[in-house]
Amino acid sequence: MNNTTKNPQEQPDLLVVKNLTKHFPVRSGLLQRVTAWVQAVDKVSFAVRRGETLGMVGESGCGKTTVGRSILRLIEPTSGEVSFEGRNVLTMSNKELKPLRRDMQIIFQDPYASLNPRMPIGESVMEGLQIHKIGAPKERWEIAINMLKKVGLEEYHARRYPHEFSGGQRQRIGIARALALNPKFIVCDEPVSALDVSIQSQVLNILKDLQKEFGLTYLFIAHNLSVVEHISDRVAVMYLGKMVELTDRESLYREPLHPYTQALLSAIPKPHPGVARDRTILKGDVPSPLNPPKGCRFHTRCPIAVEKCAVDEPEFKEIRPGHWAACWLAE
Amino acid sequence: MAVAELKSESLSTIKEEHWFTIIGRRFLRHKLAVVGMIMVFIFLLMAIFATVIAPYDPYKQGLAPSYSNPSPEHLLGTDELGRDVFSRLLYAARISLFVTVLVNFTAETIGVIMGAISGYFGKWVDSLIQRVVEFLLTLPTLPLLLFFSAILRGTTIPGLPDEWSKAIIISFVLIAFGWLGSTRLVRGMVLSLREQDFVQAARALGASDWKIITRHMIPNSLAPVIVNLTLGLGGVIVLEAALSFLGFGITPPVPTWGNMLQNVQERMWQQPWLAFYPGLCIFLTSLSFNYIGDGLRDALDPRLKL
Repeated sequence: MNNTTKNPQEQPDLLVVKNLTKHFPVRSGLLQRVTAWVQAVDKVSFAVRRGETLGMVGESGCGKTTVGRSILRLIEPTSGEVSFEGRNVLTMSNKELKPLRRDMQIIFQDPYASLNPRMPIGESVMEGLQIHKIGAPKERWEIAINMLKKVGLEEYHARRYPHEFSGGQRQRIGIARALALNPKFIVCDEPVSALDVSIQSQVLNILKDLQKEFGLTYLFIAHNLSVVEHISDRVAVMYLGKMVELTDRESLYREPLHPYTQALLSAIPKPHPGVARDRTILKGDVPSPLNPPKGCRFHTRCPIAVEKCAVDEPEFKEIRPGHWAACWLAE
Repeated sequence: MAVAELKSESLSTIKEEHWFTIIGRRFLRHKLAVVGMIMVFIFLLMAIFATVIAPYDPYKQGLAPSYSNPSPEHLLGTDELGRDVFSRLLYAARISLFVTVLVNFTAETIGVIMGAISGYFGKWVDSLIQRVVEFLLTLPTLPLLLFFSAILRGTTIPGLPDEWSKAIIISFVLIAFGWLGSTRLVRGMVLSLREQDFVQAARALGASDWKIITRHMIPNSLAPVIVNLTLGLGGVIVLEAALSFLGFGITPPVPTWGNMLQNVQERMWQQPWLAFYPGLCIFLTSLSFNYIGDGLRDALDPRLKL
């Protein structure tokens, strides 16, 4: 996790996030004064290694998407540091950021909202090339069509409009758009959760193939643990704006350290109904991020919480080599 | 295999058409819009060739007794000063069409730009623009227009005939109050578009604010603007008429459809055609513009199958 300044090409970590925090102001009253803060993401730290897929799971509203978008500065984080190949993204001006946009892209969750309805999809895919003035106008169209072919669409599709495609096709168009700039890193913001199961696997396989072909690094945000298990090398678990556990896929699914992860894993449906299950059922709801619990944010629902958990916040630390967790009781 | 090859070939060699011809073809499928287009075209021809078509000088008085009935010499009769109504109607088309087109297109353009800026940038820019708009909206339009017209009444634009310089000045006054509605319309659209993923995607690609506004925001918020525009085209003719009637717009003897309509108020029951024909012109133009707007809006929406 700690990187000294070596040649950026040799660093194993492509992206390092340190203490990333995003608090959204809540305004109310006549003068729209800030009356409260939603602590969407609070001091999240992790690193993404070159060429890996880091899965990020957590339930709705836990801040996964905010993390993904903050990394790309689609949301301006409140504080923290995001360094991509050793350069801090958050302190860059828009001008400095522009060339970096070629290296970092995003794929969105909702295939129906992620394409401009009034633009032929070929143009959507070509847009990044135009912005960065890559190639001559004629070549750009060729590149766009090549990208569409890479995601299984045909040349004649390029002049059609988004409404003429199915959800899965649109999602693949979104992937082609992200890929057109030949990025190194892609934030996949729940790219399959809006799709049918059969289409999900299709899109996941395309993502995997493209990763191999282009040497891509993914931050794969999802709330479906099976999907994450299928695609990730390492998995990070978030709860209420905090990262609670981060480790490689095998350790996470075999021996989760954090009680929240344990509860999540026990909720995955098993294909054989007869198999005895040891379910950890959490009580109550996720507390509001407006006023998160003191101490460990999970202590209100934790089945094994002790007194200390309600007072002091556990540090997110490496409990075993390569296995981070934020729990007082984990060892 | 051969069949598949053939199919993919025929699909890939679909003739590339210019965007404009596609829109044009879609527009032509809207029958009423085409009729509207023809009507507006006829009115434009009438206005442009007024000097050729008009049988009499529109300012010449005493051509026949005042308020004479329509006859072969005077197709639509004469007005209170014995001027030929048909000739005046043709000349009036020039100013009325000029003012309404100038005012509406300029005002809507300003409105689209201001609305997009307001909605997109938000924060103090939005507050500033919206407070200005709200302030202007709370002012009663007509007295304000009168006020401005009164101030500007004496001014003329050098090098232009008096009636045209008046027309341009009144257009500016109308533009100053005409951009408010479309600003709010576009702002609302942009506010909802701003958070959409395709806009976020453009930002992630590195698109500049200007590019996002022009390529993503404006094309997607144009539909209500077109409707607003076509409604306004009729409205401005009437507004100009009201100003003219109160002596602040384009004043007689220069004819506009508006002031012709107002001039015959007292004689409406005796010589109804005097009111009927200018009214018909206003009605037909605004109706035609409306249908054109309808057709245009549909033609520009790729989601509609036409």
